[in-house]
Amino acid sequence: MIRSLLLSAATGLLLSACVQPPLRGTGDLGVVVERATGSVQIIESDTRTALARLEGFGDLSHASVVFSRDQRYAYVFGRDGGLSKIDLLTRRIDHRVIQGGNSIGGAISQDGKLIAVSNYVPGGVKVFDAKTLQLVADIPATPLADGSKRSRVVGLVDAPGQRFVFSLFDTGEIWTADFSQGSTPRISRFTDIGQQPYDALITPDGRYYMAGLFGEDGMAQLDLWHPERGVQRVLGDYGRGHVKLPVYKMPHLEGWAVADNQAFVPAVGHHQVLVMDSRTWKQTAVIPVAGQPVFVTSRPDGRQLWVNFAYPDNDRVQVIDSETRSVIADLRPGPAVLHMEFTARGDQLWLSLRDGGQVQVWDPYRLTLLGSLPATAPSGIFFSSRAQKMGY
Amino acid sequence: MKVYRHAVIVAALLLICTTAVATPDATRQAQLEHLLSQDCGACHGLHMTGGLGPELTRTALAGKSRDSLIATVSHGRPDTAMPGWAPLLSPDDIRWLVDLLLQGYPTP
Repeated sequence: MIRSLLLSAATGLLLSACVQPPLRGTGDLGVVVERATGSVQIIESDTRTALARLEGFGDLSHASVVFSRDQRYAYVFGRDGGLSKIDLLTRRIDHRVIQGGNSIGGAISQDGKLIAVSNYVPGGVKVFDAKTLQLVADIPATPLADGSKRSRVVGLVDAPGQRFVFSLFDTGEIWTADFSQGSTPRISRFTDIGQQPYDALITPDGRYYMAGLFGEDGMAQLDLWHPERGVQRVLGDYGRGHVKLPVYKMPHLEGWAVADNQAFVPAVGHHQVLVMDSRTWKQTAVIPVAGQPVFVTSRPDGRQLWVNFAYPDNDRVQVIDSETRSVIADLRPGPAVLHMEFTARGDQLWLSLRDGGQVQVWDPYRLTLLGSLPATAPSGIFFSSRAQKMGY
Repeated sequence: MKVYRHAVIVAALLLICTTAVATPDATRQAQLEHLLSQDCGACHGLHMTGGLGPELTRTALAGKSRDSLIATVSHGRPDTAMPGWAPLLSPDDIRWLVDLLLQGYPTP
């Protein structure tokens, strides 16, 4: 009697072990965007392996990803207006909506309950419930003078106080949308901030929102501690006004490296990384590099910066020592390095080789290649640890 | 007389060389198409449906002059993010790319 009970209990245990996948966390998982095929891979940094490939995401050129605060879900913003929610545990698309016609990235709110997407067409921001992807708020941008359409929206980030901040490319504005009082946002508009803001960033502490300008020099800066002071122009030397060299790919402003009270910034139209004092926002030094920088990415300990470049120097990566401000390594990972992503504690650097058809994993301390994974025209790499960082 | 004839032939050949429109070979065409979708596509969209750069589909380009498109690609557009590609691409490359766009890219 006892034996048969034990036997059936054992059988039950075995059966439940079969139907339940082993328990695991998602903190070492990430997503690689394969832009041309509209697919993404789920990757695991611990083992440096790909766990799954998911398909059916549409046009993923310039796609970006944010993560839920429990790091289980990844939200993928496609170029064609697609917003997809991926479950990293079941490795499935949990929800997917087409929310616009032409889109450029998004953000997740401070409390993790809202997903905002910035759209070129129709120009504006749409905000969704993070759980269901149901529309919560629609924020149309300023109409153009001829009434034909609304301004395109760029540089959308999350900010402290349950806010989203974004820039209006065509009408030269910065708006904040405050959702702290509920799902009807309070909008603050800052106009005449400069010509054609094309991308923006928020500093790691969530205080300064800074937009790069196509149309003129400098950057438009909003101090979110003091929005009543309005938008200021900073970094007067920064920009395209006196462009000497053609820029075949505009630098990304996301994730400026800030280390030791210095901000390391890609120059525009010069083969340089600029160093700014991040308290005064004055330029303090210039570091000559191999080409037009696209991303300047800081190792999480701030001691080194990895820089990739626009076409035709996009087969190179240079490593800068933030203390001596000199280039200490000149790497040639392969054709078309598009993006670089550190693990949260900086023991690995992952980079995508669009034309090399692979993602490489580097040891950023020894500057050696640890391995590579096949990928189809990979672009962005996003680790789930982004979930805990403002502005990501 | 003989020298004169030679000179004429050489001059004629030179003239052909400088005015002939050479189509890029198949390898180059593949490279250019890759450049178009991936690098031009960064601003104009992977499918040329526009982004911060304008839409470049056949419909969007209908009625635009071939010469002005070639000039834009070669020299860029002032006060915009559009760079001139002449330092990186030959005139033949640029003509071929413009013709490809006018015919419709990606192929419907």
